[in-house]
Amino acid sequence: MASYLRPRELDEALRALRIAPRVVLAGGTDYYPARVGKPLDDEILDISAIDALLRIEEDEAGWRIPARCTWSALIAASLPPLFDGLKAAAREVGGAQIQNAGTLCGNVCNASPAADGVPNLLALDARVELSRVGSVREVPIAEFVLGNRRTAREADELVTALRVPRPGRPARGAFAKLGARRYLVISIVMAAAVIETEGDAVASARIAVGACGPVARRLPHLEARLAGHRLGMPAPAIEAVDLEPLTPIDDVRGSATYRRDAAATVLARLVEGATR
Amino acid sequence: MSAATDKIAFNVNGRDVAVAAAPQTRLADVLREELGLTGTKIGCNAGDCGACTIRLDGAQVCACLMPVAQAAGRRVETVEGLARDGRLSPLQQAFHAHGAAQCGICTPGMLMAAEDLLARDAAPDEAAVLDALGGVLCRCTGYRKIVDAVLSVAAGAQPAPVDVDGGVGARLAKVDALPKLTGAEAYGADAWPADALVLRAVRSPHAAARFTVGDLAPLHARFPGLVRVFSAADVPGPNAFGIYPVGKDQPVLADGEVRYRGEAVLALVGDGATIAAIRDEDVPVSWAPLDPILGAAAGVAPGARRLHARLEDNVLVRGRVARGDPDAAESAAAAVATGRFETSFVEHAYIEPEAGWARRVGDRVEIFVTTQTPYMDRDEVAHVMGLKPDQVRIIPSAVGGGFGGKLDLSVQPLIAIAAWHLKRPVRCVYTRPESMASSTKRHPATIAARFSADRDGHLLSAVFEGDFNTGAYASWGPTVANRVPVHATGPYAVPHVRATTRAIHTNEPPSGAFRGFGVPQAAVAHETLMDELAAGLGIDPLEFRHRNALRVGSVTATGQRLEASAGLQACLDALRPRWRDLRAAAEAFNKTGAGALRRGVGVACMWYGIGNTSMSNPSEMEIGVARDGRFTLFSGALDIGQGSNTIMTQIAAEALGVPASRIRLVTGDTDLTRDAGKTSASRQTFVSGNAARLAAEDLRAQLARLGNTDLAALPEISPGFVAIGRGRFDPPTTALDAEGQGVPYATYGFAAQLAAIEVDTGLGTIKVLRIVAAHDVGRAVNPQQVEGQIHGGIAQGLGLALMEEYVPGRTENLHDYLIPTIGDIPPIETLLIEDAEPLGPFGAKGIGEPALIPTAPAILNALHHATGVRVRRVPATPDRVHAALREAGVAP
Ligand SMILES: Cc1cc2nc3c(=O)[nH]c(=O)nc-3n(C[C@@H](O)[C@@H](O)[C@H](O)COP(=O)(O)OP(=O)(O)OC[C@H]3O[C@@H](n4cnc5c(N)ncnc54)[C@H](O)[C@@H]3O)c2cc1C
Ligand code: FES
Ligand code: FES
Repeated sequence: MASYLRPRELDEALRALRIAPRVVLAGGTDYYPARVGKPLDDEILDISAIDALLRIEEDEAGWRIPARCTWSALIAASLPPLFDGLKAAAREVGGAQIQNAGTLCGNVCNASPAADGVPNLLALDARVELSRVGSVREVPIAEFVLGNRRTAREADELVTALRVPRPGRPARGAFAKLGARRYLVISIVMAAAVIETEGDAVASARIAVGACGPVARRLPHLEARLAGHRLGMPAPAIEAVDLEPLTPIDDVRGSATYRRDAAATVLARLVEGATR
Repeated sequence: MSAATDKIAFNVNGRDVAVAAAPQTRLADVLREELGLTGTKIGCNAGDCGACTIRLDGAQVCACLMPVAQAAGRRVETVEGLARDGRLSPLQQAFHAHGAAQCGICTPGMLMAAEDLLARDAAPDEAAVLDALGGVLCRCTGYRKIVDAVLSVAAGAQPAPVDVDGGVGARLAKVDALPKLTGAEAYGADAWPADALVLRAVRSPHAAARFTVGDLAPLHARFPGLVRVFSAADVPGPNAFGIYPVGKDQPVLADGEVRYRGEAVLALVGDGATIAAIRDEDVPVSWAPLDPILGAAAGVAPGARRLHARLEDNVLVRGRVARGDPDAAESAAAAVATGRFETSFVEHAYIEPEAGWARRVGDRVEIFVTTQTPYMDRDEVAHVMGLKPDQVRIIPSAVGGGFGGKLDLSVQPLIAIAAWHLKRPVRCVYTRPESMASSTKRHPATIAARFSADRDGHLLSAVFEGDFNTGAYASWGPTVANRVPVHATGPYAVPHVRATTRAIHTNEPPSGAFRGFGVPQAAVAHETLMDELAAGLGIDPLEFRHRNALRVGSVTATGQRLEASAGLQACLDALRPRWRDLRAAAEAFNKTGAGALRRGVGVACMWYGIGNTSMSNPSEMEIGVARDGRFTLFSGALDIGQGSNTIMTQIAAEALGVPASRIRLVTGDTDLTRDAGKTSASRQTFVSGNAARLAAEDLRAQLARLGNTDLAALPEISPGFVAIGRGRFDPPTTALDAEGQGVPYATYGFAAQLAAIEVDTGLGTIKVLRIVAAHDVGRAVNPQQVEGQIHGGIAQGLGLALMEEYVPGRTENLHDYLIPTIGDIPPIETLLIEDAEPLGPFGAKGIGEPALIPTAPAILNALHHATGVRVRRVPATPDRVHAALREAGVAP
C-alpha cells in the first residue's frame, strides 16, 4: 500500500524526500488528470498542509510566490502592474475550480509546453527556489524547465517558491493567449511580456512565447529591438528572426506553420498593447 | 500527518463525517461511494467537465481532482445541501422556472459554481456569470437558460412561478426536474447494490490487430480479488450485435481480432479496489498489429483488406435517390455551383459516461442502465445471451445526455453476461477516455455536390455523392446512408436529382447515430452551394432560398408531394427583418476598418424527416385511472433530457382534459411499459406523442361512457386501475424503390437560422455573436422546451462548425476534444413557426435534431460574408480558417 504524507512542517517534508523520492502533490490539477482510470498507487508527499508555503511575501529585493499559492490567490493578491501578465494568465487558466486549486509552482513543475505560467515567469526573470534538507538553491526559470515534463529538480528537492526580482524601473506585464474556445482551453500559442520603462520609452523588454516548442522561450532579438522604443508609437513589426528560438510542431490544436504565424500576430498585439 | 489507516474527518453539508478511505482517493469518489452523496457527478475525473464541482470552504473546486486528505477539517458543500427543509434554494427554483436543467447531469456542478459566485458577488453581471460557470460543461442546454436563471437570482427577482398544470402550448416546467435539481436523481452510475462486483473492460490500444490471451493464472494469483476474466468464449449466444438484422457484426468481446482502437477484448470482474489496481499492462494479451485502414478512401481503395468477410469491398450499404435527368438539366442551367466538402468524426460528449449494473433473477437478467432505447437493448442483450426477450428486463436510469450515442449497446451485454455467469450483481462505469474510444461517433463525410439553377433563380438539378466513414462495425451506418440521399437537395424543390451515398468500413470507431443522422453533414454541402448559386445569379441568399423552398404542394426528390405543414417560407419571412439589419450592420462594421476584425452574417436552412426512414416505427402507450381519480401514464418513450416525460404528460393532460399535475408517469421499464421505440430521429413528440394522445382519448371515451359513475365504486380491471386507455401510432410511410422513390417520412420539420460572427483575420478565430433561429415545429407543445432543444442543438452545431474533431488515440478526453463552453454560445433568438401537422398530436412535429442542422452552414456562410473565404472542411478550426484566409490573400 502506497504511503501518503501530509506534513504540517516544511522540514518534515524535506526529510521525507531525503529518505526516498515521492510524488509531490499540491493542487492535484495535473496529478489526477494524468491518472484517469489508472491506479492511484504513488508514494505521495502532499504539501497542502504546510503553512509556511502559503503566503506571498514581498521585500526590497522582490516577491516570493510560495508553492501553495494558487491561481486564485495570485489574482486576489495586491501586486504591482509588473504582475498584470501573470494575473491575466491566472484568470484564463481552466475555470474557477482549477484556479482555486491549482498552483503556479505546480504549473512550473509539471513542465507542460503549454503551461501558461512559464512564459510569464520568463518575462518576469523569475528564479525557482529549490529546498532540500539543509540547503536552498535558486535556479533561473529558463534553466529549470528543461523540456516537456522535465525540470532541473533533484529527487530530494522541493520547489518551495518562485522569486521575482524587483525591477529598478517602472515595469508592466502583459499576457495573451490563443485558444480554440473561450474557457477551459489549452493554449495553441501564448506570449508574455514585461516592459520596463524610463520616461516615455522602453528601457528594456523581456518577451517569451509558449506552446511553440518543448519549452517556452525568450525572444532576445525582439527584446533588443524594443529597447528605446517610444511608448505610444506604433510598435515595430514582428520579423522572422524574432521568432527564431521557436520550434513549433503540428498537433491536434494547430499546424506548425499556423503556430508560427499566430505567434507573430499574438506578439505584435501584445507588444502594441504593452507599449501603449 | 495522516497514515492510511486514520480516519479523515470533515464536514459535509453541515454534518460532521469521518471516512476510512485511502488519503489519495478522489474526494468525488468518497462523497459518492462512501457517503452516498451521488449528487456530485463524475463526467471525466480530469477537471475538464466540472460535473463534480463542489464548494470547499465556500470556494468551488473539482471534487475529482482533490485527494480526500485535503478535505480534512474543512467544510464541503454539495448539491444535496442546497435545498433546506424540502424547499429549493432560490437558485434551484430559478433553474426550475427557466428550464435550465435538461438531462440534469451538469446541474449539480452548475448550481455549486453559481452558489460560489453569488456568495462572493450578490449582483454579478453576465460576464461574471460566464467566468464563474466557465468550468462546467453542459452538452444539452446551450447554456443560455442557465445564464438567465443565475442572472434572475442575481437581480433579486422573486423566483418566477413554475407552471405545473399546463396542457399543450404551456411552458409547463419539466415534470421530472426536482430530483435533477436536488441531486437525488439516479443516473447510470448512481445506484448499485452494496454487494455488486465491478467490471472493467480491457480494450485494444490498436486500430487493427490480432491477439491472443495468455495464461491468466498468474494474474489471479497476484490479484486475489479478481473473481473472473471474461472473454469471447463466455458470450452465451451469438457474439455479435448490431442495430439491423443484416448488421449484427459487432462482438461483445473481440474474438482474436480487433477492428478499432477501444474495442473490448476482455472483461475483468472483481471487487472495486482490485479492479482499480489492475493495469492493462498486467493483463497477458499479446498483440500482432495489422496495418489499419484509416479514412473512407482507404476503405474502398483497390485491394484494401476486408474488414468483414461478408463484404467484398468494405461498403456496408449504398443509398440512392434519383429523379429526372440532372445532367441534361444542368447543361441548360444559367448557374452551376460545385464543391467538395469534408467533415470529421464528432463525439457525442454526453457528460454522463456509459454506466449501469445488472443482476440475475432466476432465469432472467435485469439491467439498470443509461440508455436511449430500452426495448432494443432488451432484444439485443437477449440475442447475445441466447435468451428470449422477455428474460431480459431493462430498467432505464435517468440519462445524462444521449444525442444518439446511447442507442448502441455499451455496458449492457458485459454486465449482463458477468451477472449471469457469476449470479452476483455486477456494475460498470466507463471512464471518459474509454467512453470516447469505444462509443460511436458522427460519420465523417466526404461529399461532392453540384447544384444548378435557371436564370430566374429556380433550382434545376442536384447531384450529390457522399462517402460516409462508418468505422469498424455497422451500427447505424445504414440509417445514415439511407437518410442522407432523401435530404441531399436540402429543403428545396429540385426537379432533377441524383443523390448517392456509401457507408464504408474502416478501422475507426463505429459511426452510429448522432443528432441528424448524416443530414448535418449534407447541409454543409447544400447550404454552401445555395449561397454560391445565389451569388452567381446576383440574388440575395435568403431570397434565393425563399424562392426555392419546399412548400405545400411541392414534390420532393423521392417523389413525395407535401400535403401540409411545410413552413420553411414562413421561417425565412420571420428571419428577413433580422437578416437585413444584421447584414447591414456587419457591412457597416467592416467599412469602419476595425483592424483585423471582420463581421459577417450567414443564413442556412434545413428539413428533416421525422421518424425512421421508410420503416414502421410504432409507439404504444397506456394510461390508467385509479379509484381515486389519479391517472398514470405508462410511457416507454425515454426522456434523455430532451423533455419527452413532460411532453407526453402535457399531451395526455390536454387529451384527457385534466391538469398535468394529475398525471403520474411510469417510464421506460420494459416490464411495466409498452414499446415506444427509440428516442431518436426526433420521433418521440410526433410518434409517441400521438400514441399518448390516442391512449388518453381512448380513456376519455371510456370515462365518458361511464357518465357520472363514481370511480371509487368500480372494479379494478388491472391492479390499481379501473380503466386503461391504449394508443398506438405508426407514421404512415412507404418503402423506397430502387430509385429511392416513395414516401420515406410522414412529416418533415423545417428551419432557417442566421449566424452573425466576427472573424479575427490575424488569428483565424471565429466568435459567434448571435444566432437567430426560426423553426417550424408544427405546434410547440411546450415552447420552453422547444427553445431548450434549439439552444442545445445550436451549441452542438457551433461545435461541429468550429471545434469538434475526434481523432482516435489523440482526443480521447474533454480537454483535447473541445466542445463549446458557456463563453462560446452567443445570445440566441428563437422564432417559433407553427404550421400545424394534421397527423401530429395537436399539430406537433419534432425538434430534437432539426435544431442542430442549419447552424454549421450558417456560420460557414457568415465566414464567407465576412471575409470572402470559403472553408469546406469542418471543423473550421483557427488554423484551417487562417490557412484559407492566407491562401485567398486576406490580410489583417
Ligand atoms: C481543466 C483544466 C484546465 C487547465 N487549464 C490550464 C491552462 O489554461 N493553462 C495552464 O497553464 N494550465 C492549465 N491546467 C493545468 C494547471 O491547472 C496546472 O498546471 C496547475 O497549475 C498545477 O498545479 P497543481 O498545484 O494543481 O499541481 P499538482 O497537480 O499538484 O502537481 C503538478 C506536478 O508538479 C509537481 N509539483 C507540484 N508542486 C510541486 C512542488 N512544490 N515541488 C515539486 N514538485 C511539485 C507534482 O509532482 C506534479 O508532477 C489546467 C488543468 C485542468 C485540470
Ligand atoms: S468529473 Fe471532475 S471535472 Fe469532470
Ligand atoms: S443539462 Fe447540462 S449536460 Fe445535460
